[in-house]
Amino acid sequence: MSQLAMDLECANFSPQAPAYHLILEGILILWIVRLLFSKTYKLQERSDLTEKEKEDLIEEWQPEPLVPPVSKDHPSMNYDIVSGPPSHNIVVNGKQCINFASFNFLGLLDNERVKQKALASLKKYGVGTCGPRGFYGTFDVHLELEDRLAKFMRTEEAIIYSYGFATIASAIPAYSKRGDIVFVDEAACFSIQKGLQASRSFIKYFKHNDMEDLERLLKEQEIEDQKNPRKARVTRRFVVVEGLYINTADVCPLPALVKLKYKYKVRIFLEESMSFGVLGEHGRGVTEHFGVNRLSGQGYCFSASLPPMLAAAAIEALNIMEEDPDIFSVLREKCEQVHKALQGTPGMKVLGESYAPALHLQLESSSGSRETDVRMLRRIVDYCLEKQIALTLARYLDKEERFLPPPSIRVVVTVEQTKEDIDRAASCIREAALSILK
Amino acid sequence: MGRTTTPVTNGKLKIQMNGNNFKSAVCQKNGYDNKLQINGRANGTGPPSGKRLFQGQESFEQAPMYVAVMTYLGFGLVTLFGYFRDFLRAVGLEKCHIAKERDEQKDFVPLYQDFENFYTRNLYMRVRDNWNRPICSLPGPVFDVMERVSPDYNWTFRLTGKTIPNVINMGSYNYLGFAENNVDFLKTVAERVQQYGLGVCSTRQEMGNLGIHQELEELVAEFLGVESAMVLGMGFATNSTNIPALVGKGCLILSDELNHTSLILGARLSGATIRVFKHNNMQSLERVLRDAVCSGQPHTHRPWKKIMIMVEGIYSMEGSVVCLPDIVALKKKYKAYLYLDEAHSIGAVGPTGRGVTELFGLDPSDVDVLMGTFTKSFGAAGGYIAGKKELVDYLRSHSHSAVYASAMSPPVTEQILRAMRCIMGLDGTTIGQTRVHRLAENTRYFRSRLQEMGFIIYGNDDSPVIPLLLYMPGKVVAFSRAMLRRKVGVVVVGFPATPITEARARFCLSAAHTKEMLDKVLFDLNEVGDELCLKFSQRKYTSRPKEQHHNNNDLNKDFKQDSL
Repeated sequence: MSQLAMDLECANFSPQAPAYHLILEGILILWIVRLLFSKTYKLQERSDLTEKEKEDLIEEWQPEPLVPPVSKDHPSMNYDIVSGPPSHNIVVNGKQCINFASFNFLGLLDNERVKQKALASLKKYGVGTCGPRGFYGTFDVHLELEDRLAKFMRTEEAIIYSYGFATIASAIPAYSKRGDIVFVDEAACFSIQKGLQASRSFIKYFKHNDMEDLERLLKEQEIEDQKNPRKARVTRRFVVVEGLYINTADVCPLPALVKLKYKYKVRIFLEESMSFGVLGEHGRGVTEHFGVNRLSGQGYCFSASLPPMLAAAAIEALNIMEEDPDIFSVLREKCEQVHKALQGTPGMKVLGESYAPALHLQLESSSGSRETDVRMLRRIVDYCLEKQIALTLARYLDKEERFLPPPSIRVVVTVEQTKEDIDRAASCIREAALSILK
Repeated sequence: MGRTTTPVTNGKLKIQMNGNNFKSAVCQKNGYDNKLQINGRANGTGPPSGKRLFQGQESFEQAPMYVAVMTYLGFGLVTLFGYFRDFLRAVGLEKCHIAKERDEQKDFVPLYQDFENFYTRNLYMRVRDNWNRPICSLPGPVFDVMERVSPDYNWTFRLTGKTIPNVINMGSYNYLGFAENNVDFLKTVAERVQQYGLGVCSTRQEMGNLGIHQELEELVAEFLGVESAMVLGMGFATNSTNIPALVGKGCLILSDELNHTSLILGARLSGATIRVFKHNNMQSLERVLRDAVCSGQPHTHRPWKKIMIMVEGIYSMEGSVVCLPDIVALKKKYKAYLYLDEAHSIGAVGPTGRGVTELFGLDPSDVDVLMGTFTKSFGAAGGYIAGKKELVDYLRSHSHSAVYASAMSPPVTEQILRAMRCIMGLDGTTIGQTRVHRLAENTRYFRSRLQEMGFIIYGNDDSPVIPLLLYMPGKVVAFSRAMLRRKVGVVVVGFPATPITEARARFCLSAAHTKEMLDKVLFDLNEVGDELCLKFSQRKYTSRPKEQHHNNNDLNKDFKQDSL
């Protein structure tokens, strides 16, 4: 009985549904027919041009030259030529000088032990690795170096890249993708800027070492997040700072940064190319300097791995650093000496912390035009080269830097410099400044 | 040197390029044929006979339909299993091994989204023992692979301390065999280590410009036949730091579909507009070029400032060689610039190892920017960029790496110097030439034997990079493990680097491989190919006259490393 009733109900319903459907389907079919027969058009093609017009356009178009002409006296055109090794006594443009320009802080460039290890590695492995890490380019020395670095820096794991510039420029886009937010210090170096550009994330700059500015930005971001909590839950947030800034030679305030990290839940990216092997009692960098703990990180790379003899040399260098931690206090002393000696140079000011091994000497008052400033500084450098002190101008790509630092002379301190060397260099620079900057 | 004998097909052969039935000689059937031949002879920089050197054939045979079906099925199955395992992990039945946050950071936004990592967690992790295999010897024609075991299905590895000695190396980029540790050959390199130390501690523009860098740059320029060259410490960075210096906003980059990551990164960092054309397809390139010149920039229709075509000499995943004569003709017609990345082809192709320009008999000054790396054929590290003097001068002052990156290490520079002098014959020996010829012979031999056996291989007959198609994910892994058991080290490549249905094994031949080594590898390939049913090819080749029959014992002998 109920089955029959159900059948009747269905029968009642059926005439109404099809009419509704038929109309809808009819409209759809007409639409399809229209689409099939309408003219297609491409957004890019200018179909209103005839063949002849196209040929004319092709004839007329003149591209710019591949590279604009560079004038002969562009400052970066003429490199200083170093003949022989860039060690403590360096031969620049044919003149024997004391080296205050190469980043050889711990004097390991000339170290016999390092060289011997490298030679042994050369005998065993040859020079190149002939492949990326994924395809038989991983050698036991790479694994050993990564292990040792992780132990030395007291982290869970470490990974090495074959090129310094590429390390931070590849690591940032590995973690921070489109849609993520990165807070960066204004004085960040060029490779960080390139890494940020490659990551396609939102970049927010805060004033150099200004924690209040950073906090302001973080607070603004928090307000944004509250408006859209779902999106906030998947957006990663990072802060990128350097341990010892290469452009300003000062240290980032790490403890304050760590406090902000836990308050606003951001992750810290620490770039330590300058502070590794310099800061801290054992050379572990800025975290040891301030007594902060690290967390782990991993990344990946598409390029041939580091030649094994360089990896072997690095391992030996780490050995030396671990065996003799006094070397760091020696370096710090020398840095203080140089810093003190350079104070009071007429017309110039010293930029950087007293324990920073790479200082900047800037002009106290700029002439107004960067070119003139650069030329004056170059004259000071040339004067010093004549007097057998090797210095160099700090180089930047003027048009590409986001916040171009003012022109300066880079002074590098190494443990191999003696007190006499330092005094000589300081008096030489003072003379140069007096005679050129009057 | 006519290589126009066509193999007998049975109708299922399909070539992917140009839509023509068969590419008998490079770039002959796309309308530029006549003009091209005339240009080739008139330039006069080719060989004196005026004959076209390069008559290689390229083929990209497609596998039968069932192979594609099985591949998709395979991936589908693995994905299903992946979901199942994820479910088990969520429920807690299975242990979760991935890197976890520290407790203090539990409420931070996670670094890796669960879904992004699905592929890594469930597919890659299970088979990742086939990659990143550590070795503990010279990466020469044979090497020692370190044994690894995993107690937890590849999540972590432990080195047992044992090595698998004398594995034949078919994976390292050692085309001319310069990865060697012969004490005599490396004497000058050792001297440099003693004299200079290992590093330079400065950038090229500051205090890092050594005399030997300039020596190397002059030698590279002479080697390539161009005005001037610049060298950098890393090959990848050569592209990513120099392309932004050459093009910027308002310029157009036409990039081949299968360009390397470094080229793509450099193009993205430059800020120029990027348009892609089909791999090695000249019609596609011409269409895009015409469009670009006629329509100008999008929206505003202003003319483009510059148009740059970026191609590679040999594409390492396909083994194909670029259609250089056609591209040069197109670039001249439309006034574009050409950037040629010869990472794999420098030293490896051409009668004297000068790369694809020599292979086609073209004048190197036709290419605006020549770029290459020293990792592959020279056994060192680093890259170069070469061309006219104005170009290189500009790059010396505006390249990112010249200003911010440390200069090349001195012993590495010395290695490149000696390798290049050897190839050019400047050291007074013919070792270099012999190696170039041996590489070409090895290439031809290996390829023809593989084709005879019935494998599908891609690419040009003259390219020392040989991709052997495996298709199915399970077979890829089984192949790699089986070959390692037989003491042959191969490289297999799968999904993100290749299309999903075209997983492959890639062989890189070397001048240091002897015929016995190649025969052993071929014998093993034959057996593994039969075991795993990898011989998908449907072409029938007339087999070459049988060589003297090898004793099986011969093939099982251990290949000692060249202890010179």
